[in-house]
Amino acid sequence: MLFLCTSVLQAQTKKGDVLIKNGTVITITDGTLENTDVLVRNGKIDRIGKNLKAPNGVEEVDATGKFVMPGIIDAHSHIAGTSINEGTSQVTAEVSMEDVVDPLDVGIYRALAGGVTSIHLMHGSANVIGGQNETLKLRWGSTNPEDLRFEGAPRTIKFALGENPTRGGRSRGIQPQSRMGVEAMLRNTFNDAIKYRDAWNAYRSNKSSRKVAPEYSLRMETMVDILEGEVLVHCHSYRADEIYMLMKVFSDFGIEKLTFQHANEAYKVAPELAEFGASASVFSDWWAYKLEVYYSTAYNAAILTENGVTTSINSDSGELIRHLFHEAAKTQKYGDLSDNEALALITLNPAKQLGIDNRVGSLEKGKDADIAIFDNHPLSIYAVPQMTFVDGVKYFDIENDAADQRIYIDPESTVEDVQILYSNDHDRCMEGANVVNFTDLFNNK
Amino acid sequence: MKKFISILSVLVLLPLFAVAQNDGGIVRADNSKFALTNAKIYTVTNGVIENGTIIINNGIIEAVGADINIPGDAQVIDYSGQEIYPGMIDSGTRLGLSEIGSISEANDFREFGEITPNMQALTAVNPNSVAIPVTRVSGVTSALTMPAGGPLPGTAATISLFGYTPDQMFAGSKGVVMNFPSTAQRGWRRRTPEQIEKAREKAQETINDAFDKAELYAKIKESDDARYYPEMEALAKVVNGEVLLYIEVNSAKDILSALEWIEDRGYENVVLTGVAEGWRVAEEIAEAGLPVITGPVLSTPTRGSDAYDTAYKNPGLMQKAGIKVALRTMDTENSRNLPYNAGFAATYGMGREEALKAITINAAEIMGVGDQLGSIEVGKKANIFVSTGDPFQTSTKILDVFIDGYKIPMTSRHTELYDEFLNRTPGVNKNPTKVDG
Repeated sequence: MLFLCTSVLQAQTKKGDVLIKNGTVITITDGTLENTDVLVRNGKIDRIGKNLKAPNGVEEVDATGKFVMPGIIDAHSHIAGTSINEGTSQVTAEVSMEDVVDPLDVGIYRALAGGVTSIHLMHGSANVIGGQNETLKLRWGSTNPEDLRFEGAPRTIKFALGENPTRGGRSRGIQPQSRMGVEAMLRNTFNDAIKYRDAWNAYRSNKSSRKVAPEYSLRMETMVDILEGEVLVHCHSYRADEIYMLMKVFSDFGIEKLTFQHANEAYKVAPELAEFGASASVFSDWWAYKLEVYYSTAYNAAILTENGVTTSINSDSGELIRHLFHEAAKTQKYGDLSDNEALALITLNPAKQLGIDNRVGSLEKGKDADIAIFDNHPLSIYAVPQMTFVDGVKYFDIENDAADQRIYIDPESTVEDVQILYSNDHDRCMEGANVVNFTDLFNNK
Repeated sequence: MKKFISILSVLVLLPLFAVAQNDGGIVRADNSKFALTNAKIYTVTNGVIENGTIIINNGIIEAVGADINIPGDAQVIDYSGQEIYPGMIDSGTRLGLSEIGSISEANDFREFGEITPNMQALTAVNPNSVAIPVTRVSGVTSALTMPAGGPLPGTAATISLFGYTPDQMFAGSKGVVMNFPSTAQRGWRRRTPEQIEKAREKAQETINDAFDKAELYAKIKESDDARYYPEMEALAKVVNGEVLLYIEVNSAKDILSALEWIEDRGYENVVLTGVAEGWRVAEEIAEAGLPVITGPVLSTPTRGSDAYDTAYKNPGLMQKAGIKVALRTMDTENSRNLPYNAGFAATYGMGREEALKAITINAAEIMGVGDQLGSIEVGKKANIFVSTGDPFQTSTKILDVFIDGYKIPMTSRHTELYDEFLNRTPGVNKNPTKVDG
């Protein structure tokens, strides 16, 4: 019975075979190769070279004059999630985004149309220790959420510092209401986790038959997994002081892997980030939508890169995710990054931050065939994504792009709703944070 | 090699930042007589001049062409290999009105009340808003800054992004903003069709009632018995065609209703703004002869079923239907992304030339200041920028900006923080241990 369940859940996702001919291949790790072919067999990159022959039955794609790059990876996304925040407590390490994956969100297709192949579906930022995130591959068209899981990707969890969790604390009259309280809550929770681990270790090593087991807590189990490096922390943060604080807390508890999300002021503590080995996943240019991002600079990604910090550019937006290649290009205006450095911000670097760089993030033999093809250099404003492959399977082709995305049109249905959103509608991390009364939070925007 | 390139780029940029740093001194805008020479000049209205010269005097473009005599008292700046364009105009922002989005005390674009057309955006423009230098160093030199709120939230103003008082910044155009009753969803909270229809009817009644009164007021306001109504005073100017009426309307159905309303009322000087679904009813808009301000171009489609690129294509589809189109970011702090909004519009059907017009001459003409702004022509205000190349291209750098003839310091909070923190001193160790020999 157990075997049956597992085999149903682990249904094989589709793997493709394709030969992409004669493109400019941007490998990220091994330079940019002109007039080069990429052969994909069974979802993996089999060969990169010149004048490759398509094996029997393998489809050829002519990429003459086109640019072939690794599929874009968004290290901070909320598309394909039916809910974002579990805000009932300031610590909700027990919940996971894996339970709320929506494979039917049209945002997935729109992201594919922007060359994106993987996303980090993140919990929101309403609480200090939020829920676990889920790394996905955009296998559009399946109705089974399991099919979108990036099998083998490390577990990750969302933390949040600063205005969002303290605002929640203030509106409910609980800790934390300040950055002091945020630090205290983190240290207290980690100390509780150590006690929990010690209690279970003592129980397990006790040979007595009359022993009583400690109370089981999925929340504390997850905290212990963080302490042991099995769950990677991605922390919503903005100001340099809170970024510095978390590095000190993690040093004290011996936690080595840490990615700061947003991190608008990371540039101020770039040397400290480099020394710790922490990485940063930032916006290209968002700022001033709240006090803690008022002292921002669009040169953030470039300063971090020049200081040796592994940096990515993310979207946190169903709109921005469609043109991350353009967002990466802004680092050439703001800080003169090279083409390869700029493109690494949306490919190899986010892959490193998610612990999936052995699988994706560059075009290399043996890596997953997650590939985007553009008609112009992807850092050009005139670049239009042409095709997007995940595991060698084509999920977007501009030639077959339908003007109407409805799968089934009901002739009786009324015309669907029109939704007007402006780019100013920032900070989707707080979406659905009802428990902190978001009417009050957002009516001043 | 990469290291070499980055060192090289630092060296290349050094002179620019060195001017800005000036040992912590204040860099002031310079209003000399200027001769900008040897540049490729995109006039927008009279083609491209290779190796051209522009003479700026007293805030005005005094001469432009390939063969221009350079006055002896002019400060000559050689822009060999660079390109010059008219300053970009963002036709919809909250620049000067909003400093920090989430803090209500830092936002002055929303007044209490339903009918407040007399509220002047220009009054609340903060000339020292941190977002203004951030915007102008990217080549955006003018912006329409707009109030928001109920059906008639106030009067928008076109401003120059340089000046120390609102009057110094005023660029000569005002318009009353009207939010046409909307049947679209807005934000995360969904409304039922019944709620939408009820709200629409109420808003329509409010608007009709206000304009009925305004039409009457316009007729009787000169009589001795007429009381002074500030709201009606503002709307009477719309009724008489003295100021623009910006009608914000987005869904196809609402746009058609708005066209009908405008025809019934017979108002002149009307501009449609937003117009997110304009492509669906482009022929009707063109037939009505109304200009359009649309954007942000970098938007998601208005309907879940729409093709992923409908918002990118919208400006081009409207322009091809014969509508005069200008673009906006509807942003504040990132109004600097106007050229990228235009770049996406260009890529997705509008073409580079028309997209450039949409952020220069079309914007100026729609706002009624086409004789002063929007192109490089003799007699126009000297609002121009100098770039390393195509301003739509993301990697292009803006080298210099002139607004009303002033050469603007090319610094902003973003460049200053870059200068301070690229190689922070001290680094990790404040007092590194010294090893004595």
